[in-house]
Amino acid sequence: MAKVITITSGKGGVGKTTTSAAFATGLAQRGHKTVVIDFDVGLRNLDLIMGVERRVVFDFINVINGDANLNQALIRDKRVDKLYIFPTSQTRDKDALKKDGVLRVMDELRNTFDYIICDSPAGIEHGAITALYHADAAVIVTNPEVSSVRDSDRILGMLASKSRRAERGEAPVEEYLLLTRYSPDRVEKGEMLSISDVQEILSVPLIGVIPESESVLKASNTGTPVILDQDSAAGRAYEDAVARFMGEQREMRFVRAERRGFLRALFGRA
Amino acid sequence: MSDLVRSGSFTVLIIRVENPADPEFESRLAEHVSRNPGFFANAPVVLDIKGCEALATVDEFEKLRALLRRQYLIPIGIQNGNATQVRAAANAGMASFAAAGPPRQAESPPQAEPEPAAAPQAAAPPVAAGRTRVVTQPVRSGTQIYAKGGDVLVLAAVSPGAEVIADGHVHIYGALRGRAIAGASGDREARIFVGKLEAELLSVAGHYLVSEAIPTELRGQPVQVALVEDKLVVTRT
Repeated sequence: MAKVITITSGKGGVGKTTTSAAFATGLAQRGHKTVVIDFDVGLRNLDLIMGVERRVVFDFINVINGDANLNQALIRDKRVDKLYIFPTSQTRDKDALKKDGVLRVMDELRNTFDYIICDSPAGIEHGAITALYHADAAVIVTNPEVSSVRDSDRILGMLASKSRRAERGEAPVEEYLLLTRYSPDRVEKGEMLSISDVQEILSVPLIGVIPESESVLKASNTGTPVILDQDSAAGRAYEDAVARFMGEQREMRFVRAERRGFLRALFGRA
Repeated sequence: MSDLVRSGSFTVLIIRVENPADPEFESRLAEHVSRNPGFFANAPVVLDIKGCEALATVDEFEKLRALLRRQYLIPIGIQNGNATQVRAAANAGMASFAAAGPPRQAESPPQAEPEPAAAPQAAAPPVAAGRTRVVTQPVRSGTQIYAKGGDVLVLAAVSPGAEVIADGHVHIYGALRGRAIAGASGDREARIFVGKLEAELLSVAGHYLVSEAIPTELRGQPVQVALVEDKLVVTRT
């Protein structure tokens, strides 16, 4: 039986799809059969970030409507064994996510995979609620910025009340906080919320801190999940986050402002 | 008890009716309802008619029912009526409830120095009063908790954009960053107790204080909030 992990945030543009791609890749690299599903019907991005946009034939909505079966829609990743991508429709919208259809698809996926990553759209409407409905665990992606924190709090409220587990009175969805686009220098200057500021407001276990990094844009543009970029600090941080999710202890890296020496300042890179 | 008929307890609002013909009555009622229309919409109410000389005929009850319906209230019965009134009410389709419990003690308003929180005399409704509702998880943004007929106890933080509402007292052991509304049905003796004050809004019995109006030296402090002669007073605990 698979574990369903929903990557959600409330706020848009904080790094959900980047995180979904990195997390799914990280889990598959560790030997777990993993599928990452795009729930952002009409505004799909997961296929681009995963680099499979030229291989999409059938999508999530096709399978829900019975136009295709799961095997026809699932795309196998060429770089990482055991990693599968389930793209969504670009021509339809969130209304196409019929509850019973999604349930049927999720049940089928649970039988074949170890992990199911649901890449949620932004917001708190039908698309986002459908994405979190089946969650066993949720990673709440948050920027260290007041609007993002407020929206993450809202989505935490939704997880506690609108998930399938909440409806059935089962054990609650496991909640994990992932702080993204973190800049220790700006935190030190007092321009950005610190990790403890965010944790005080959200009170959710922290699974990782992903530093602001130019490599994320590069990753999107090349369709390569950032966790595969060996030179990227963000990639390393995602690796740490996946390790923590699997129960390993890892110290938080990239959270301290660098003391720049003269030479470093002259020749150093971001 | 069979499955056809069984016992139930409900908490119901009581409306004091001294002179239903007085236009002031309807306007005061309307004003009260307008402060929280969602809460009062189609709410069942019992009419306390102690000392009321009118309401001896079915016609008068029908007029009163129409008045209450204009405010979207549903009268289900009366309380403290004499024999004639009870009969007229029954003919008009309203039940008679047992008299209320002992009257609430008049408390002197709290002084500037902190005083120990007085044990509240809750207005005893004709049916079972609510138990204290206990909330152990953080109250997230957008969430609304309403403890009808009783107090609420929150053991975690209340996020900005969240609302904790009670007909009785509101106790928040964590930080209050959202709204706390006590005495939601009009209980002026209700109070708010906060572990760490960072509230967006505080309200007791319809009187409110926004964040800006809270004295800055009290921000971040443990406080209690009480209504003193139509003004909210916030004191450090």
